Amino acid sequence: MWYFLALGAALFALGLFGVITRRNTIGILMSLELMFNAANINFVTFNKCIQGGSMAGQLFAVFIVVIAAAEATVGLAIVLLVYRNWRGIGSDHYNVMKW
Amino acid sequence: MTQTAWIIPFLPLLAFTMIVFFLRWKEKVASGFSIAMIVIDWVLSLIILAEALGRHGASYEAKILLTSFKTFNLELGILIDPLTAMMLVIVTTVGSCVQIYSLGYMKDDPRFSRFYAYLSLFLFSMLGLVLANNYFMIFIFWELVGLTSYLLISFWFEKKTAADAGKKAFITTRVGDLGFIVGLMLIAAYCGTFNYQGVFEKAASGTVPVGILTAAAIFIFCGAVGKSAQFPLHVWLPDAMEGPTPVSALIHAATMVAAGVYLVARSMPLFVTSADASMVVASIGLITAFIAASIGLVQNDIKRILAYSTVSQLGYMIMALGLYGYDTANGEHSAGYVAGTLHLMTHACFKGLLFLGAGSVIHAVHTNDIQEMGGLRAKQPRTAMTFMIASLAIAGIFPLSGFWSKDEIVASTAHHPLFFVLTLTIAFMTAFYMWRLCFLTFFGQPRNQHRYDHAHESPGTMTWPLVFLAALSVCAGWVALPWLEHGFSSFVYHGEPHHAEPEYLLMIVSTLVSLSGIGLAWLMYHRKAISADQVAAKFKPIYTLLYNKYYFDELYDLIIVRPIVNLGNKLWSFDANVVDGAVNGTAWLTVVWSDAKQWFDATIVDGAVNGAGWLVRQSAAGLRFLQSGTLQFYALFIAGLVAAIGLYRYFGISYTPTTTGLVTIFFLIGLIVLWYVSRSIWRRSTPAAAAEVEEHSVRVEDK
Amino acid sequence: MIPVQPEVGVAFWMLAFVIIMSGAMVVSLRNIFHCALCLIICLSAVAGIFILLEAEFLAAAQVLIYVGAVSILIIFAVMLTSNLAVQKIVQTNENALVAFVICLVFMGGTCALVDATHVWRYTAEALPANNTLEIGRQLMTDYMLPFEVVSILLIAALIGAIMLAREEKT
Repeated sequence: MWYFLALGAALFALGLFGVITRRNTIGILMSLELMFNAANINFVTFNKCIQGGSMAGQLFAVFIVVIAAAEATVGLAIVLLVYRNWRGIGSDHYNVMKW
Repeated sequence: MTQTAWIIPFLPLLAFTMIVFFLRWKEKVASGFSIAMIVIDWVLSLIILAEALGRHGASYEAKILLTSFKTFNLELGILIDPLTAMMLVIVTTVGSCVQIYSLGYMKDDPRFSRFYAYLSLFLFSMLGLVLANNYFMIFIFWELVGLTSYLLISFWFEKKTAADAGKKAFITTRVGDLGFIVGLMLIAAYCGTFNYQGVFEKAASGTVPVGILTAAAIFIFCGAVGKSAQFPLHVWLPDAMEGPTPVSALIHAATMVAAGVYLVARSMPLFVTSADASMVVASIGLITAFIAASIGLVQNDIKRILAYSTVSQLGYMIMALGLYGYDTANGEHSAGYVAGTLHLMTHACFKGLLFLGAGSVIHAVHTNDIQEMGGLRAKQPRTAMTFMIASLAIAGIFPLSGFWSKDEIVASTAHHPLFFVLTLTIAFMTAFYMWRLCFLTFFGQPRNQHRYDHAHESPGTMTWPLVFLAALSVCAGWVALPWLEHGFSSFVYHGEPHHAEPEYLLMIVSTLVSLSGIGLAWLMYHRKAISADQVAAKFKPIYTLLYNKYYFDELYDLIIVRPIVNLGNKLWSFDANVVDGAVNGTAWLTVVWSDAKQWFDATIVDGAVNGAGWLVRQSAAGLRFLQSGTLQFYALFIAGLVAAIGLYRYFGISYTPTTTGLVTIFFLIGLIVLWYVSRSIWRRSTPAAAAEVEEHSVRVEDK
Repeated sequence: MIPVQPEVGVAFWMLAFVIIMSGAMVVSLRNIFHCALCLIICLSAVAGIFILLEAEFLAAAQVLIYVGAVSILIIFAVMLTSNLAVQKIVQTNENALVAFVICLVFMGGTCALVDATHVWRYTAEALPANNTLEIGRQLMTDYMLPFEVVSILLIAALIGAIMLAREEKT
């Protein structure tokens, strides 16, 4: 099981790197999806290790999938809005909260 | 109406308030409102007079308790007896006439509304004074009329003489008011109340020592001396003529100066307890009347002549009242009280008329000097006619009002030969100077053709009050016809109703005296049969003495003003050298000590505070760049901190606050340094992207 | 040395390789459209991992929702928003180097933690035979409340997305 967890960690680190470094907001959202998936892998792996036939891990993964879908929907809607307002979706376009 | 009489003073007060706060710039509305209020007051006063007549002399009193002390109560209240009712009618009648007259007289004045505001304030004070039922209230209103008198005398305060005259009037009457206060204190101390009835009952009961009563009466009379311009405080009234003429008519002839007479009449129960005090009053009145009348003989300023005439007539009234007090204290019968109050009423009518007529003349020729006038009868027929009626009245010609009151006064001096003779002399002088004035002003040839050519009759707002007052001057005395069953003397009286018997001998004598005065004036100034200049040259010392008003002003200047100024200068130099030296020394010490403290504050305290501020500001200036506004930078920091926690845990460093804090700080600094280095490398490696980021940054900031 | 466990076979290594490689491409390719395609590959491979972990239902859901719906959504968004699809600009920002270091540390730390937690190494056991049925049963009994809450969340997200994305009629 260790390998699955390590795979999840690696995928999560990749997603994190993407979130921090992508200059395109859609890219950031895609990286977020990667991180969700990494978490899902971990949850499903944990599910294998739980005693007594509880499906809590997989159910968590199901909920995460749903929430990720909702997040993607809203996120992309926001991206559209940002695009309309700034004529671009570079993440460094909208630093209006700067100091 | 009598029950709601308290509303009378408040109508002019309402006018004053409205004008000051709302109608200042609407001159027509302001004057109209003011006039409407006083005319309503006049109607109310007539109703009250009628009701007082219906009560046959019984008085009405209403009061509320203002505050209570251990030994006596202060109250507010109104007292309406025949005297009050008469005064109300006088004040509102003359007040209405003067306010209407001022419409024309003050037409082009820049402070027109303010004039009406002051007039309304004066009428409020005067009506309050008349209605008051105790000495406390009368004193308050007494001071208020003094204030408005001051304001109105110096109404044209651009003129230095007017401003000085205002101050002179205020200060001189203040001397009398000092005595008034002392008298009030004596009353409060010995009678335990300020209420008229209470004081008079106490005085009549005989429990108060006669000496105290004498002193109290004389001190109260001091107030009257100041306000009614009696010797030796008469000097302010002629100077008060610097004020607008309607003011002179209302305040300095008809009403306010009569307040002193009113006060004496009101306090008559005090005076009848003390023959000495009454004799002082009568003597002062006689001296004043004589001095003022003699000065009036030779003056050339039309208003000053009238002013001295006013002083003289007030002296008459005071003398009559004093003689009444003296005779009554000695258990004799006297007509003085009725004579004084009756003369107060008739004098208000004809003296108000004289002043308003003089104002009309001044309005036409723009000078006060009667030597510059002459022949104005042709130009101002209505003014001339009314003025002559008033002159006849004041001279005491049958059957005008002045005749009846003057006759009563002469009758009241019948038991005192010196008074009798001097009274007749004064009557003679009065007739002479009034008709000298008339002849010089209205008859003969114009002595200043230029002024004569420009003269014209005054507008209707000015002449109709004259006509109205002229009618009153003729008729007002008829209420006291000796043949009447219930005349004036059975309405306004003190003690027993006095029923005057017609004394034909006296009437004939006083009429003859008056006629001879008029005749002498006619000979000297109309027929020119006797040269006035030759008479003046013949009695040169007396003429000079009279012309310079007995040198009273110079005397007061020498014995009062100068020493006070000198003393003031001495005190000032003492102040400047010794007191100021001490004060300045103290101040200097304070300044030095403050400088030291200031240095300490500025250097040490401020240094610490500013240093703290500087530290925060500097660190914030650096740290604010962490707030870059880009989410990803924040995400970087979060991830970095999570990684740091992992490392921290991995190397198993113990969790103490110190180590945690230190490690966190070191890590943050490391992270920032790392981030900065990496950003530099990235920028160097991808210059195009870096430029694009910069450009976006700038653009967004512009936005 | 780390013991290799029986179920970790060739399939896992292949899938892991695909996931890591496509994930790396998602975060680093310059063309955002290519990134989206790589994301699809990556998510499909994750579905394979789920099958390896005996989560057939979840694998199906993964394919349907992620590969079928979310990816299409993302591709639409890419095409709607930008001409970036054909642009070749640098896709990483100035945080890249330090982020790389941090992510390495993060992954290393996580792996170290997982390694230190011995329970994960040895306690794999068989799941119920028909675990899809079991998921359905538990979803309708023990997890009823979260299920309903998530339904409401989905509705809210739907309405919210519509409200956010629609054109303002002026």
